[in-house]
Amino acid sequence: MRKTGIHFFASRSRADSCRMEAPQGPRVGLYVTCLVDLFRPAIGWAAVKLLEDAGCTVEVPRQTCCGQPAYNSGDRALAKELARPVIEAFAPYDYVVVPSGSCAGMLAKHYPALLADDPDFATEARAFAAKVYELSDFLVTVLNVASIDAEFPRRVTYHDACSGLRELGIAAQPRKLLGSVRGLDLVEMQDSTRCCGFGGTFAVKYGEVSSAIVEEKAEAAEASGAPVLLAGDLGCLMNIAGRLARRGSAIEVRHFAEVLAGMTDMPAICAGKK
Amino acid sequence: MSAPQSHLHFAEKAHRALADAHLQKALHVSRNGFIGKRAKAVARLQEFEALRDAARDIKAHTLAHLDLYLEAYEAKVLASGGTVHYACTAEGANAIVLDICRRHGAKSVAKGKSMIGEEMGVNAALEAAGITPVETDLGEYIIQLRHEMPSHIIAPAVHLTRDQIAADFYRVHKGLPEARDLSDPAALLAEARKILREKFLAADIGITGANFLVAETGTSIIVTNEGNGDLSQSLPKVHIVLASIEKLVPTLEDAGTLLRVLARSGTGQDMTVYTTLSTGPRRPDDPEGPQEYHVVLLDNGRTKMLGSDFAEMLRCIRCGACLNHCPVYQSVGGHAYGSVYPGPMGSVLTPGLFGLAHSADLPNASTLCGACESVCPVRIPLPKLLRQWRERAFAHYLGPQSQRLGLAFWGFFARHPQIYGPASRIAMRTLALSGRHGRFRSLPFAKGWTGQRDFPAPEGETFQAQFAARKKP
Ligand code: SF4
Repeated sequence: MRKTGIHFFASRSRADSCRMEAPQGPRVGLYVTCLVDLFRPAIGWAAVKLLEDAGCTVEVPRQTCCGQPAYNSGDRALAKELARPVIEAFAPYDYVVVPSGSCAGMLAKHYPALLADDPDFATEARAFAAKVYELSDFLVTVLNVASIDAEFPRRVTYHDACSGLRELGIAAQPRKLLGSVRGLDLVEMQDSTRCCGFGGTFAVKYGEVSSAIVEEKAEAAEASGAPVLLAGDLGCLMNIAGRLARRGSAIEVRHFAEVLAGMTDMPAICAGKK
Repeated sequence: MSAPQSHLHFAEKAHRALADAHLQKALHVSRNGFIGKRAKAVARLQEFEALRDAARDIKAHTLAHLDLYLEAYEAKVLASGGTVHYACTAEGANAIVLDICRRHGAKSVAKGKSMIGEEMGVNAALEAAGITPVETDLGEYIIQLRHEMPSHIIAPAVHLTRDQIAADFYRVHKGLPEARDLSDPAALLAEARKILREKFLAADIGITGANFLVAETGTSIIVTNEGNGDLSQSLPKVHIVLASIEKLVPTLEDAGTLLRVLARSGTGQDMTVYTTLSTGPRRPDDPEGPQEYHVVLLDNGRTKMLGSDFAEMLRCIRCGACLNHCPVYQSVGGHAYGSVYPGPMGSVLTPGLFGLAHSADLPNASTLCGACESVCPVRIPLPKLLRQWRERAFAHYLGPQSQRLGLAFWGFFARHPQIYGPASRIAMRTLALSGRHGRFRSLPFAKGWTGQRDFPAPEGETFQAQFAARKKP
């Protein structure tokens, strides 16, 4: 019961083989991330739509936070406590898909390290990690989605959020999908791979330094001439949007999934209702 | 720990650094140079990534067998007529240096650039003993004039603008006519050279650092761009090499591999201008060279690091790439870190060498963006090591109590989904009501954020609540 709207490459994709076994397509547990859950559910819905359009069955098991704030603050015990229930909750799914490179990196790269010395969870953590994908990576790499049936006739620029880029190699995947959107003109800003200064709790602990770093991102975004900035991590997006708004910039800041899913009617991040 | 340490915390020093217009200008100029040149140098060399693997492996192998390589190295230095001194601490190393200086009745010492010298605080020790240390590296010379710490491990005066340096020269160099144009770097170098050459010739002892110590031959290797290292070590009667134990490499060929990644990573040069090898004192048929050759090998906490979770840090070859690519370093410069070793490598090394209690804020002063690791020629997992220090700091209750409480408060909710769900729904709805313009200009509990940024308002209902509602028939 695949809906139209997403076009696949050749027939030997993993998704197709999965679908032969299970007519519902791969069963995906959506790890929505705490920031999306709390601040911008639209990104969660965009992910649901993209995954369902690609033939997946999407479920959202109960979740709070992946534990990254604790992990990066040095509270390993708390991070472990938060990691274990995530692994258990997502055990039934073929894949865990995350609309954030940073949280996907936590699940896929850091959980196995975090739980390596936990006799009850070391093996589970590794098996779990192997089925975790960032959203664009999952669509392109696993489902072999080659193009998206969406339209967004605007010039956009894309910020490479750090964890996704350096831990998971997310760079070509979102660009490929965005490149297939009708009318969309992707222009690269200067230093698109430079950190936006968010860094989780760093943004509050060292607010001034964080602001100085995001100032340069805001300048680069403005210099690109694109009226829309996209990225794949809500933390970074909130930071960049927050600085752009304070500067009085008119640049719209959104998660790339909103554009891919055609959900750009709602106000951009930091923008009031129209 | 005799290395200069500032009493201010990172946040306060960063605040001053951000407000310093000269510093901001200097940082911008240097950053673009370093990053662009490295990228070009790396692009020119197809096998660069493979070389990084090889460089990592050489250092890892040496560290795993460091005792053997130290013994082999020492034997070779002895055989070539030199002496190796072991120092557990900076104080011990300074005492060895002073002892050599006293035996030779030294009044002045010509110094090549040495981060180990900085770590030891050897200049202060020499001055206290009435001996004048003369820095022969232009950058070191400039910060010596200003009584400052280096702000970068390969470019000590990178925090200064050309105008500031010229002003220092006019102030200190007696007889320098005001009409002399010092507006370009070559003129600055020429002026410094003129002063320094006289001092080279007068120095009784030459002190240099070492980029590598070669076990196979007992050779110490330094790289410079000014040639000052050659002069510091070959003109005076006595040459003292200051090095830490992890500078060892097994063979000259290994040193060659590391040299190929060192300059490319740091300055973006294929090779530094001068690569100087020295093995023992002058031999009978040598036309020049020192009569005595000493190597002071400093431990200063490294053996302890070697047996710890931080051993990987000892692979560092001090190229400076992690500083150059770090967004935090780029914004605030090296002095904000308050340690002779700034930036990502410094934030890992400083707690290891000088104690975490004095530096617990440094490992936190990073966004963990990973740019450092992505350029490190010996592939040190700097973000992982920074996080490990955060874990130690947390375990020892270092760092602000308020952050700890905040984490515990949040952790309580995150650990209890049955409370988290309803509580987060109420919180987000409330927040959404007061943030109807899509954002907040200030939030009492997030001043660090809202000082210079707006904070986005939530949509209202949580995603999980919305999704649950959709599923109900
Ligand atoms: S940690 Fe790596 S990048 Fe940083 S100075 Fe050392 S070798 Fe260079």
